[in-house]
Amino acid sequence: MEDIARHRYTDGKPNLRRFHQAKWDEPIIFELSCEGQRGILVPEFEGETQTEADAEDVLATLPDEMRRKEPPKLPELSQPQVLRHYVRLSQENLGADLNVEIGQGTCTMKYSPKINDQLATHPDVVDLHPLQQEETVQGILEIMYRFEQILKEISGMDRFSLQPAAGSAAIYTNASIIRAYHESRGEAGQRDEMITTIYSHPSNAACAQTAGFKVITLYPDEDGYPDLDALKAAVSERTAGLMITNPEDTGIFNPEIDDFVQVVHDAGGLCAYDQANANGVLGITRARDAGFDLCHFNLHKTFSSPHGCGGPGAGACGVREDLAKFLPVPLVAFDGEAYHLDYDRPHSIGKMVPFYGYPPVVLRAYAWAMSLGAEGLREVAEIAVLNNNYLLNKMLKIPGLSAPYAEGKRRVEQVRYSWEELVEETDVRSEELGIRAADFGIHYWTSHHPFIVPEPCTLEPTETPSKDDLDEYVAVISHVAQEARTNPEVVRTAPHNSTVHKIDHDPLDDPSRWAMTWRAYRRKVGQERD
Amino acid sequence: MTLTGEDYRKTAMSDKGITYPYIPNSVPRVKEEMLEEIGAESVEDLYEDMPERLRLKGSMNLPQPLLSEYELRRHVEGILAKNESAPEYLNFLGAGCYQHHVPAVCDEINQRGEFLTAYAGEPYDDHGRFQALFEYASMMGELLNMDVVNVPTYDGFQAVATSLRMTCRLTGRREVLIAETIGADLLSKIRDYCKPTITITLVGHDPDTGQLDLDDLESKISDQTAAVFFQNPSYLGLIEVRGQEISQITHDHGAVCVVEADPMSLGVLTPPADYGADIVCGDIQPLGMHMQFGGGQAGYIATRDEEAYVMEYPSRLFGIAPTSVPGEYGFGDVAYERTSFAIREEGKEWVGTAAALWGITAGVYLALMGPQGMVEIGEGLMSRSRYAMLEMDKIGGVKAPVLRSPHFREFVVDFGSTGKTVAEINEALMIRKIFGGKDLTEERPELGECALFCVSEVHTREDIDQLTTALKEIVD
Repeated sequence: MEDIARHRYTDGKPNLRRFHQAKWDEPIIFELSCEGQRGILVPEFEGETQTEADAEDVLATLPDEMRRKEPPKLPELSQPQVLRHYVRLSQENLGADLNVEIGQGTCTMKYSPKINDQLATHPDVVDLHPLQQEETVQGILEIMYRFEQILKEISGMDRFSLQPAAGSAAIYTNASIIRAYHESRGEAGQRDEMITTIYSHPSNAACAQTAGFKVITLYPDEDGYPDLDALKAAVSERTAGLMITNPEDTGIFNPEIDDFVQVVHDAGGLCAYDQANANGVLGITRARDAGFDLCHFNLHKTFSSPHGCGGPGAGACGVREDLAKFLPVPLVAFDGEAYHLDYDRPHSIGKMVPFYGYPPVVLRAYAWAMSLGAEGLREVAEIAVLNNNYLLNKMLKIPGLSAPYAEGKRRVEQVRYSWEELVEETDVRSEELGIRAADFGIHYWTSHHPFIVPEPCTLEPTETPSKDDLDEYVAVISHVAQEARTNPEVVRTAPHNSTVHKIDHDPLDDPSRWAMTWRAYRRKVGQERD
Repeated sequence: MTLTGEDYRKTAMSDKGITYPYIPNSVPRVKEEMLEEIGAESVEDLYEDMPERLRLKGSMNLPQPLLSEYELRRHVEGILAKNESAPEYLNFLGAGCYQHHVPAVCDEINQRGEFLTAYAGEPYDDHGRFQALFEYASMMGELLNMDVVNVPTYDGFQAVATSLRMTCRLTGRREVLIAETIGADLLSKIRDYCKPTITITLVGHDPDTGQLDLDDLESKISDQTAAVFFQNPSYLGLIEVRGQEISQITHDHGAVCVVEADPMSLGVLTPPADYGADIVCGDIQPLGMHMQFGGGQAGYIATRDEEAYVMEYPSRLFGIAPTSVPGEYGFGDVAYERTSFAIREEGKEWVGTAAALWGITAGVYLALMGPQGMVEIGEGLMSRSRYAMLEMDKIGGVKAPVLRSPHFREFVVDFGSTGKTVAEINEALMIRKIFGGKDLTEERPELGECALFCVSEVHTREDIDQLTTALKEIVD
């Protein structure tokens, strides 16, 4: 009897996966509409007739111009048709549950434990109204309080708000706290400059700008390290603060980070640590120990809550004691017997969100941290760094790929690579290589703009892939790079095994042709209804 | 609970050699192989570039881990058991978060791992995510009678705050006029978010009806006004009936009319675009999201398809586009160059992870409800609130509604003549397993002992009767 498995290996190594992404060729949901179908029925308001509350009489209380004349032109589908449509669409995604999710550097795409999803959808979480009396929500408040204590220990900070709705919202919140701090000292008008680095996430610059600061962006020295001399030249009596990542998005750790903090402190500014890249430093080094005044974590990155196609996630802002008075209201307090929402904070910057952020995300993060403890969190960091350096070592054996800066040094949890050499040789771009990788069930993203590292890609393996996963990833990228030399056309015309083929992006930047809704599209192609 | 004592132990680097289920390479043999391959003696070598002075000495002082999945579940569920969920009570709280029935299909779809764990793939990786969000925007567009709808932002508060900043960039002006019936929390958010660039002026209302005071609006609007903003229904539950006049006054002064609309109302209420709103925004939590202690919020912003407006969105906008294969739908980012992803601080505000999964879920909800479902639920909410107001108003000393206007699903109830405070009444209701309305006494002291009650389609006539019976007992 023939061994099927024998055809799956060459020289003892697994062959590349013969992948094809799900392709349902699914119509737009409006095309599935059939007049009169119902997907769900609404409970009627039954009981003995109460004329004044009957629908027609109630609507009659509205002035004519406030009463909708025609029902909204939503599609009409039965329930199985809706379900099938969306299940099909769900299959046409490469979520972290499906692919070896290494290629979305800076985003810490680790495994999101299923038990935590189950806990987060528990009726005692999802069916809580945020304004219920405190005695009926002691459990969720306790989770929030306990998780704050964990974050305090991880960061060395004194107080946390779990309210910001995501990482960038947390960066904005920190910028707003810095503004409030300078206002409280009568220096708001004077201190209007925020310093960041080009390899800190774009939101550090964008959120500071939104909060009213002028942004000064520092560029790295030749070795890729943030430039201390550049910082010294940038600070002044106008400096409000520094918002910086470490390790930066290159995966390089700035060993002088405490000197950076000192320079800004000496100039009268505050320092906020963007800890989106914390995965490699948990239990290794802490924000407060480097002197930072504020920090934030992304609970959907480092703390494993799933990314949900782009949220909901959660941001957690930590500050030192004397800045705690500025944190958003409410904070969760514990009086030794019960948990409370503390609104009595007159210096607070106020409300950032309608209620308290995304408590189910906080719950997942708490459960994840509790499944690991101090030792496990350190193991997360160490294996994330081991995986990254293992990947780096293998990736650098691919001809045409380099890891600019800090040559010979270890990287922390991610690396920003460059295909410059391969592009010069083949004229196949990094973006095209990434799209071709999709044909093998692997996702890869270039990098945030601007591309200071030419033809970049940023890979962050996290602690959750296996060694075999890492090997498979490298094998695919290596194969695609080789194709760029031997068969560039197959790369340029990719994808071939994806849900769709090459997209024409031009209409998306052309106001006369772009369409963000089906109705706009139908109008622009001359198929206006009615 | 305290976080010291038995709850903790010092977790020095253990030699227990735990293999963590989420960390495959924590197996010692694998670790060794990998270290050898990269020429490192130990993992510690990989941190050699981190100076000793920055290193944490010893280990973190954290609670003992719950290593098995069972222990973890038992621990977390033990804490959660201290909660009492809204369905165990009769819940009449709203104020921005609403207890509607969540169709099973909504949960089925948003709990699928393919959606739950996707993130930022290219349209070639995540075609389904792009199509689902395009369809969400398309269905919202029908509900709102608008051509452009964003990929959701964090929540309704962010949607309003961003809409107001958009108007200032559009007009080059720096003042917005806001109907003073707005909730205190939203106003707090707007004040923080608009602080660097915008002056906020509140416009009065008629104390009897809660309707915007048009004379006050006329007296305050000027050629410095970027926007006039009001909510419909308002925070206090009433339907603003003079939208057309407000937008006319706004446009006469070259300003932008911004309306926050409850999407649940739009099966029966005229969409704000039809009475002149230029930007419509709000929260989609009612459309298929559980309350989640406030974690179900997500914001929408909608405009006409005009380049000037489109270019002021900070959010991602997904558009439809052809592919190299005829008949194949492709998707991608529209006008990506306006975003902070593309041009950092030169972009419009910022963009990042927000609330996409709730957008997909709201799309599922609208597809299930269809036109008839949205009409029926709107009618049902108005019938229930009308019935609840009539019945509550019959109780001695109770006045409902306080404001003489049509209401949608929320309404202000005055307990001032009962001799009891709202806090006392809500406490007594809680004992009877009822969550009463949101206490407005601190936020709206001018109203006296008032609370904001909310009904939804989960309430039967008997449920509302149970509320009024309980109130009668309490105030008698």
